[in-house]
Amino acid sequence: MEDDKIGSPQPSRRRFLLTTGTTLAASVLAAHTPGQVHAHETETASSGDASAVEGAIAITLRINGKDHQLRIDPRTTLLDCIRESVALTGTKKGCDHGQCGACTVHVNGKRVLSCLNLALMNDGNKITTIEGLGTPEAMHPMQAAFVACDGYQCGYCTSGQIMSAVALLKEPCGPDDAAVKELMSGNICRCGSYANIVAAIQQVRKRA
Amino acid sequence: MHTFEFIRPTDSAAAIAAAAQSKTAQQGADVRFMGGGTTLIDLMKLNVETPARVLDINRLPLDKIELMPDGGLKIGATVRNSDLAYDARVQRDYVVLSQAILNGASAQVRNMATVAGNLLQRTRCMYFRDTAMPCNKREPGSGCPAITGSNRTLAILGASEHCIATNPSDMCVAMAALEATVHVQGPKGPRAIAFGDFHLLPGNTPHRETMLEPGDLITHVTIPPPIAGSKQLYLKLRDRASYEFALASAAVVLTITSGKITRARIALGGVGTKPWRSPEAEVALTNKAANDAIFRQAAEGALQGAKPQSENGFKIELAKRCLTHALRTAAAG
Repeated sequence: MEDDKIGSPQPSRRRFLLTTGTTLAASVLAAHTPGQVHAHETETASSGDASAVEGAIAITLRINGKDHQLRIDPRTTLLDCIRESVALTGTKKGCDHGQCGACTVHVNGKRVLSCLNLALMNDGNKITTIEGLGTPEAMHPMQAAFVACDGYQCGYCTSGQIMSAVALLKEPCGPDDAAVKELMSGNICRCGSYANIVAAIQQVRKRA
Repeated sequence: MHTFEFIRPTDSAAAIAAAAQSKTAQQGADVRFMGGGTTLIDLMKLNVETPARVLDINRLPLDKIELMPDGGLKIGATVRNSDLAYDARVQRDYVVLSQAILNGASAQVRNMATVAGNLLQRTRCMYFRDTAMPCNKREPGSGCPAITGSNRTLAILGASEHCIATNPSDMCVAMAALEATVHVQGPKGPRAIAFGDFHLLPGNTPHRETMLEPGDLITHVTIPPPIAGSKQLYLKLRDRASYEFALASAAVVLTITSGKITRARIALGGVGTKPWRSPEAEVALTNKAANDAIFRQAAEGALQGAKPQSENGFKIELAKRCLTHALRTAAAG
């Protein structure tokens, strides 16, 4: 997760794509409107600031204990805001219609779907994303359990699964696997790692 | 998604005044209240809903569950589904409501979805959700491709030649069996609506789903005082074990004294164009012995008027067995 951050000294897939994209865009612009290349680059550098967007509204989002002052289009979902404006890309966009759970985050301690939530509705709310749970050096026990139990294959649904699983620890949930499966049914894993995901959650619950 | 103006009204009066400017409170409303957003944002992304103004009512003081002087329960409009389902009073006195809610959606959706929003949950009919297709509910007069198309999950009760869309709510089925009342504050003042009158049959106006008018704000729902010793159950049958809409469901509230049913309240889900209270089943059960033959008789009565679509004839027998099994299980509990 650390090397997903823009500005990190480590190379990453996202950083590579971002850099390449900017360079390509700049070279296209250079071919047609050489005088405007500099202005374009300046805009790209402040991608979190959508002040150019018509009708944008200023809000403060408290994500992982840090305040982010943003100007966003009212249509922006919490998911798009977290990923595109705040550049925390651990939260994933799967279906974008509340059917897969990949975008699960915590709002005021409860798990919600960030794709069916407008960012503007969250002014003043406490938001926690996967980046706020642990670090590669000091993982949250649930993250460590997912690693230990091999609770993923491709990993795309994993941050949503872990955010759901951590919230489940504080919800009314029976002791058996069936109860865990029922409360995790909003998180789809197309690789089919369900058995190992349930094992990871039960491991954490038994140690708690 | 179309652009819209985002407004957070400071109080209910401001919310009502702003919503009263909408031409309709039904499909195509240009002003919408936003609760959890789990239906509305989904439909706005699909351009099925295109409000010019969205009123965020989540900060209004409508989020309490309170005991009323008569012993009934008052449930605020923005109470989250999960808070209602796990409320100790609901789990003790109205367990059918808790079961219905926990059988619906996922934990994340239940944490977001509000009680008032659930009353206004929209159909999952694929033609309604796809703006490339005709749909009388979305565009009155454009036709109903579901009647000759994909209708396996659609309604067998309450449909018309204009619309066969199923009401998808689980919570509403329990509310119908508990004889809840919906409380609305509108530009002309407050009114109380019996649950059975709140949702409308499609008839030749399927775009009208409730009796709400522009500016009407659902403030709360009330449930009558609990009935001591009543046996309650919500049974839901579906294609998947979880996170799936009902093909058929049943909410039953029974009072049984010395083997005789003295009171029965029955509602079905997944089969009707609105949450389907069944007076036929209630009559068939009342003052009868609680046994399998009577339960089956009640189920026959409940589905008497059912009309299958081309792909969902199975739902008639499924709904009968669902209700019979729910009655048997509740009576034995």
